[in-house]
Amino acid sequence: MVLPVVLVVAVLVLFPLGQGVLFTFTDVDEGTIANPVLGRPATYEWVGLRNYAGILSGDPGYGAFWGTLGRTMVWTFGCVLCHYALGLGLALLLNRQVRGRAVYRALLILPWAVPAFVSAFAWRHLLNARYGIVNQVLRALGLPDPVWLGQSDWALVAVMVVNVWLGTPFMMVALLGGLQSIPTTLYEAAEVDGASPWQRFRHVTLPGLRAVSGTVVLLGVIWTFNMFAVVYLITGANPNTRLLVTYAFERFFSAASRDYAVASTYGVLILSVLLVFAAAYRRALREEAA
Amino acid sequence: MKRSPLASVGLHAALVCASAVAVFPVFWVLVTSFKPDARAVSSRLLDESTVDNYVRVLSGEKGDFLAWTANSVSIALATTVLAVFLSATAAYAASRFRFAGRRVLLRSFLLVQMFPFAVLIVPLYNVLLALGLQGSSFGLVLVYCTTAVPFCTYMLKGYFDTVPAEIDEAGRVDGLSPFGVFWRLIVPLSRPGLAVTGFYAFLTAWGEVAFASALLSASDESKTLAVGLQVFVQQNRTEWGHLAAASVLVALPAVALFYPVQRYLVTGLSSGAVKG
Repeated sequence: MVLPVVLVVAVLVLFPLGQGVLFTFTDVDEGTIANPVLGRPATYEWVGLRNYAGILSGDPGYGAFWGTLGRTMVWTFGCVLCHYALGLGLALLLNRQVRGRAVYRALLILPWAVPAFVSAFAWRHLLNARYGIVNQVLRALGLPDPVWLGQSDWALVAVMVVNVWLGTPFMMVALLGGLQSIPTTLYEAAEVDGASPWQRFRHVTLPGLRAVSGTVVLLGVIWTFNMFAVVYLITGANPNTRLLVTYAFERFFSAASRDYAVASTYGVLILSVLLVFAAAYRRALREEAA
Repeated sequence: MKRSPLASVGLHAALVCASAVAVFPVFWVLVTSFKPDARAVSSRLLDESTVDNYVRVLSGEKGDFLAWTANSVSIALATTVLAVFLSATAAYAASRFRFAGRRVLLRSFLLVQMFPFAVLIVPLYNVLLALGLQGSSFGLVLVYCTTAVPFCTYMLKGYFDTVPAEIDEAGRVDGLSPFGVFWRLIVPLSRPGLAVTGFYAFLTAWGEVAFASALLSASDESKTLAVGLQVFVQQNRTEWGHLAAASVLVALPAVALFYPVQRYLVTGLSSGAVKG
């Protein structure tokens, strides 16, 4: 029964992945790739590790790798931290007996239900420097109204806000499920023993959420690190919001030459960074459990 | 536990604020969608509001909206059906049978999440070309399945693990084949998990932009909504009113599908995450 999946995954993932990895050792671009439609054979050549050397040297012509990596880290950990903190906070609120809980939950999940590209349009409208509602309100309050999506660090702040808005419902729902699976008897026992609310949170809630937290944080980091749609749809090719994955896509599509080789090399480097992170994360989790 | 009135007020205040933040951008798009393009940037709630934008978008004056919708619906539904079927069978096998490569399979599913898919467009295009599926919507469905299936399998495996194995044994004793057990017993018991995965697969396909613009043929009739909506964003000028109306029309089916599913989301997602 597992065979169909293995077949589909092999043909549509492993094969392209292998080809992508091969590309990283070549100088393939739109002019040299085989084009069966035009009946043109491949003319790209092996260049060994040139792509890796170019990128890892931090050459701006190769996307200033280290700076971009740093920005991607800020983006990833900033977003996931906010996702988790807000998601946990809201889940705790929703886990109480509160009137209208179903309504609140439905409203809070809304950002998740709306397709990402629609949300991206909505936020570009809200954050427009001249006539966006956010800046109109800021002006009315006499506060500074920055150009959110321009060539400054505000752009990164803006896309992070949007991504936090988008991603919090997922965390909230997952953690709410985790909270509901903690037996209430544990809380009662803790209360009988005279534990304060903070102690109950610290010693009952957090350990009870460990398994869920471990998984959703890892997934959150992977997804956020590779989040492409939000950044690209909101700020396009703005160097102030350039992440590893959006730069790879830029090399891929927007650049005049369509540099597939460098884009693929970025793909492999992104994979390596995430693999290292996942291994370290799993080990940390295991040690904490032991 | 009794709550003091002050704590209750605080609780509701926090929830109301959070809900307002969650809803406002969507609400604002809704408001904008009724304004003419020229008034779309005003901060007034109602400003010469009409339904003209909707009429023009639906009548096809601004691109073939109905054809895009048909494409998006068929692609998203095909992805959902195929992805749920593939991931459910794979997850069931991974949950119940011990076979060579089982751990590798589950690990590789997580690995697939790590590789930035945007970078695979050219190799994927080559594969579709070799299969004779370039530019076709079925090719796109297969590509979406490769993103949706690994995550869905991961989640469903955790879900199936929570269904007691005694049920399988009872089914076998009653003379069902392994597939029969899966289809007649496990699937009906796992509806929440399946609803969540199906929903996830649907949204993956419904809102995806990069692959749809790269892999579908360029003709206007074959576009999906996500690609088609780009016509409202011209180089220097965005037709906000029309864009908003089209966005509302795009978001409605997703939201409509979402709400019946959402009460399953909590259980479906967390049991997958806990056991995954």
